[in-house]
Amino acid sequence: SCAGPVESKTEAAMSELVPEPRQKPVVPTKPMGINTSLLGYIGIDTIIEQMRKKTMKTGFDFNIMVVGQSGLGKSTLVNTLFKSQVSRKSSGWNREEKIPKTVEIKAIGHVIEEGGVKMKLTVIDTPGFGDQINNENCWEPIEKYINEQYEKFLKEEVNIARKKRIPDTRVHCCLYFISPTGHSLRPLDLEFMKHLSKVVNIIPVIAKADTMTLEEKTEFKQRVRKELEVNGIEFYPQKEFDEDLEDKTENDKIRQESMPFAVVGSDKEYQVNGKRVLGRKTPWGIIEVENLTHCEFALLRDFVIRTHLQDLKEVTHNIHYETYRAKRLNDNGGLPPMTVETEENHESNL
Amino acid sequence: FLNCFRRQSDGYRTLSLSAHIGFDSLPDQLIKKSIKQGFCFNILCIGETGIGKSALINSLFNSNFEDPPSTHFLPSVQLAAQTYELQEGNVLLKLTIVNTVGFGDQMNNRNSYQPIVDYIDAQFEAYLQEELKIIRSLFSYHDTRIHVCLYFISPAGCSLKNLDLLTMRSLDSKVNIIPIIGKADSISKTELQEFKSKIMSELVSNGIQIYQFPTDDETVSEINTIMNGYLPFAVVGSTEKVKIGSKMVRARQYPWGIVEVEDESHCDTVKLRKMLCTNMEDLREKTHAQHYELYRRCRLEEMGFRDIGPENKPVSLQEAYEEKRLKFYLELQKKEKEIKRQFVQRVKEKAAMLKEAEPQVQTKFECLMLMHLEEELKLEEKKNVLEDEVAKFIEKKVLAELLQSQTSVSTP
Repeated sequence: SCAGPVESKTEAAMSELVPEPRQKPVVPTKPMGINTSLLGYIGIDTIIEQMRKKTMKTGFDFNIMVVGQSGLGKSTLVNTLFKSQVSRKSSGWNREEKIPKTVEIKAIGHVIEEGGVKMKLTVIDTPGFGDQINNENCWEPIEKYINEQYEKFLKEEVNIARKKRIPDTRVHCCLYFISPTGHSLRPLDLEFMKHLSKVVNIIPVIAKADTMTLEEKTEFKQRVRKELEVNGIEFYPQKEFDEDLEDKTENDKIRQESMPFAVVGSDKEYQVNGKRVLGRKTPWGIIEVENLTHCEFALLRDFVIRTHLQDLKEVTHNIHYETYRAKRLNDNGGLPPMTVETEENHESNL
Repeated sequence: FLNCFRRQSDGYRTLSLSAHIGFDSLPDQLIKKSIKQGFCFNILCIGETGIGKSALINSLFNSNFEDPPSTHFLPSVQLAAQTYELQEGNVLLKLTIVNTVGFGDQMNNRNSYQPIVDYIDAQFEAYLQEELKIIRSLFSYHDTRIHVCLYFISPAGCSLKNLDLLTMRSLDSKVNIIPIIGKADSISKTELQEFKSKIMSELVSNGIQIYQFPTDDETVSEINTIMNGYLPFAVVGSTEKVKIGSKMVRARQYPWGIVEVEDESHCDTVKLRKMLCTNMEDLREKTHAQHYELYRRCRLEEMGFRDIGPENKPVSLQEAYEEKRLKFYLELQKKEKEIKRQFVQRVKEKAAMLKEAEPQVQTKFECLMLMHLEEELKLEEKKNVLEDEVAKFIEKKVLAELLQSQTSVSTP
């Protein structure tokens, strides 16, 4: 899929930059695959184990951003997701700190290991978002940060002598916290998601869902889904990136029924039925965070961590990053545009 | 590391988890995607005609890949690639075998290795081109880069030929080379060990880097070290099957006995198969991270790109791109101006010609008009004369008829 005249012009320029090798070598045409059946066991399937070993050795990077007004429980939720004190609120911060005057970007990194898999987890918090009196364009610093990470990666990728493994600081997943008003999305929510869904994977979540009954939750979710659709906001998992029928069926169910996930977060444990569970204690009962009848936290956790973690990274790398790169390389970079003299000027001289 | 004001610093804090989260399923998620995409492996076989390349490939993968036998009389070395789709378990492998046809057959073999080097470079170039594109699709790119080169050494003779040394030296920085001795059933066991040692010492003394099976992972380091000691593998291949006991096995039948391809005491074919399979990922990785990167680096430097500019400041590739693009654009503008100037010049000349010709054409036109008028007048005259004559003729005719009728009356 070509973009049109501009792209082909630059393509031509690019191919001019790359001179032909000394002689045009005999390159066989792309060969047609011939299906053959093996007559016995060879050992090709061991490549799976080899891949597993390789990925376990190199480890993974995962960068998750949380966006939402203060007080919606963002930090608590992230801590609950990773069952550790991974957010900035727990890394030595004063809980009674002042709300910043502008949107700030705070990234905190941890190395965690599970089952031999090492993950470099970075949680990016955005204090000050939506907390000002005038919140116009408060999404801009966030978009700027996201693009800066793409730029960092691009600069590394484009070096002549480049690193074996380019450090990945790009935002793989952005959890957007919707206030559980029960009514509809606010202009701020729509503005943010409209702008940012084009550059990053957005997963909308309904925060503090313990303030809604089951019926209110279902209705609210339906309304939010409708509003997102009407406003053309493609949240993750985006329809256009479903690779095959299997993906589509799985993701359709998530898009049309489960999302946005209505969640409750907690880092405190209580004893319920002989088990220790994470929950929130209220006079009217204990809200069990991982109980699917109480809230959808477990769905969110499974979705982000246990099934779609790799896909979040791949969509970021193969789609969002590529989009950024193409735009960046296509920019004229201050060059004067070509003036096209029309044929008529010449005809008039005759 | 507690300063949270700083944006991501490299000092990541290690955190111990208190409970199971589930991201240990990440390798499985990755593998699931890889399986869906399928795997790709490209083998290059270099060896003289008749040294048993096809037979070996058939034996390695225990199949019957069709490959017509080739002649010794090709004018130069050609490379022929064939892709096969193999399935084992849930692994779909796109296996490409590239054969050198006519290698070592020419009278003058001086340039035998060049088409091979060009072919390998061409695959790197194709990948580099894709990588440099603005809109690119690397994740669905069909990788044609050569992951391993099986170099067939002739069993005749007692050491490496000059052609072998020359070829391997020109390839060892571009591809993973595994040297093998073809048709090894023609060498006795004692001669074989001597031969292998001779070859390995020649490779070392000539500074040729062959592929070493990796020994850094403790689970495979022992077996890999042993296997490294068996190099070069003495292989035998066969497309024929012979009945031994109750089974049909791949073998070569001689009057004095049967050489079983899959018997490790007869030859190293099974060892080669095992090593290729269990190190497939490492071969692919080295091709991409080492050989390709080297090619890319040299190529980009050839094109004039640098990481460090003249004042020792880092230069971004993009700045270099834009510099080149500006240069190209200015050249393009110059050319365009020149073409326009030429066009305008030609138009002016034509216009001048036409203008010159105009009065001539005009006079000619007037001349022709006059002639035309004259002709018309002449014709008019002639017409009048003709009409007069017609009129006179009619008169005469009427008179004659009258006279005739009078005469007929008067005669009695």
